[in-house]
Amino acid sequence: MIRNMICIGCPMGCDLTVEVESGRAVSVSGNSCAVGKRYAETEVSSPTRMVTSTAKTADGKPVPVKTRIPVPKDKIFDVIAAIKSVIVTLPVSVGDVVIENAAGTGVEIVATASFS
Amino acid sequence: MDKHSLVVIGGGPAGMAAAIAAKKDGIDDIVIYERDAQLGGILNQCIHNGFGLHTFKEELTGPEYAERFSKQVISLGIKYETGSMVLSISRDKEITVVSRENGLRTVQADAVVLAMGCRERPRGALNIPGTRPQGIYTAGTAQKLVNCEGWVPGREIVILGSGDIGLIMARRMTLEGVRVKLVAELMPYSGGLKRNIVQCLDDYGIPLRLSHTVIDVKGKRKLEGVTIAEVDSGGKPIQGTEEYYPCDTLLLSCGLIPENELTLGAGVTINSVTNGPFVDDTLQTDVPGIFACGNVLHVHDLVDFVSEESGRAGHNAADYIKNNGCKANSAKIVTVCVGNGVRYTVPSTIDVGNASENIHLRFRVRGVYKGSAIVVRSGEHELLRKKKKIMVPSEMEDVIIKPGLLEDVSEISVAIEEGTV
Repeated sequence: MIRNMICIGCPMGCDLTVEVESGRAVSVSGNSCAVGKRYAETEVSSPTRMVTSTAKTADGKPVPVKTRIPVPKDKIFDVIAAIKSVIVTLPVSVGDVVIENAAGTGVEIVATASFS
Repeated sequence: MDKHSLVVIGGGPAGMAAAIAAKKDGIDDIVIYERDAQLGGILNQCIHNGFGLHTFKEELTGPEYAERFSKQVISLGIKYETGSMVLSISRDKEITVVSRENGLRTVQADAVVLAMGCRERPRGALNIPGTRPQGIYTAGTAQKLVNCEGWVPGREIVILGSGDIGLIMARRMTLEGVRVKLVAELMPYSGGLKRNIVQCLDDYGIPLRLSHTVIDVKGKRKLEGVTIAEVDSGGKPIQGTEEYYPCDTLLLSCGLIPENELTLGAGVTINSVTNGPFVDDTLQTDVPGIFACGNVLHVHDLVDFVSEESGRAGHNAADYIKNNGCKANSAKIVTVCVGNGVRYTVPSTIDVGNASENIHLRFRVRGVYKGSAIVVRSGEHELLRKKKKIMVPSEMEDVIIKPGLLEDVSEISVAIEEGTV
């Protein structure tokens, strides 16, 4: 089976053609770099996304956060629910871990801004 | 009156990169005026990732990208004043600035870097028919409310315009539990990056309707819904294609306009295509000692290119200051003309006498061009040709010209040669 997709690895947005056999990419074309090949392979077998959102402090101030690495695409809303359930204590710095294991993905949620 | 070697107006990515470059070039007396409470500019509300691939070889969120630069500003000891709004700049580089701490002051600068960024095209500039109820926001305003104030406007929304901020907000609002019914785009192509169509719309099943626009707004006090219709190639609504979408919020992502009121006040000439100043290859405007960079000069897609460009502006401003405002032997100015398919170029002139480094020519195309080439010519003589698989108006093009190519040239043109590849 042939699948066409657009790489989200960078703003170029290469049009990829992926030959898929039993849920795995056997060949990738149209990519400009290794990121595209890796994206296509992951996208056909187990797609992942970075998730960014805001957690809140006790007095309701939003603190921007992200998943340290991409999480499975079907876990995005679970990860968001986990982020909504925590209270961030100040001060917080870029890279501070806010959640150690978001929604059972094993992925950390880290702060992306510093507030005192 | 206080005096400074360099005054940078705006503490966003452009202003910070310019100040850092000038400082590294040995200019010590620099001040950045920023009207917000912190450095970083619009990056602070852009909490999504995708910034920094060129600059740092990794994907950062907006606040992380901003902090990389603000930490440098602080560690280099560059003076910055937040909560300080510049009200005017004179042709002689006298700057009037107001702040809570210092009241109203006038300072004299040897050189100025304009880095005020851009603002969104508001409803009033879009000629959308209908009533004027509460519930209509620009996408960036909604972004600030959600990401910085923690307040989500609306439960059911429609987005007009497929600029990147609109696409990013379609995803952001969806993740906040809001129902995003559709994104309507007047043009037959998207105004945003392809990756954002995929990861912000397709991932969440949000429809993008090209060649569609809002033709009516319903609701007296509070927005009740909008009517969307298809438009023909002239932008005129096609009868019989109207569809009504109940919604409590309409977000507008319909383009960005460089914020050049201060620039105009300084007597700088503005390019009516970019709404930014005309600059030469050193990013100097037609008022000596006033430089411009980032989105105040022309709207960029990527902050990485803003940082790179602004570093050059800071470097050139430093040279100007070191030479006491006198240019070394420049005599040879090459004019850059726009040819077929090119909307504008930055710069619009090149000072070949002084150009030592490779010259970046940045521009946008007028439409979608597949399998075409960018051709730079002097008269009939071809100086440079760059093949492109696809060019779209939403993505800025960048060609690099070696100054040696321009030695015996007074005018060059940049054009798209269609379907030649």
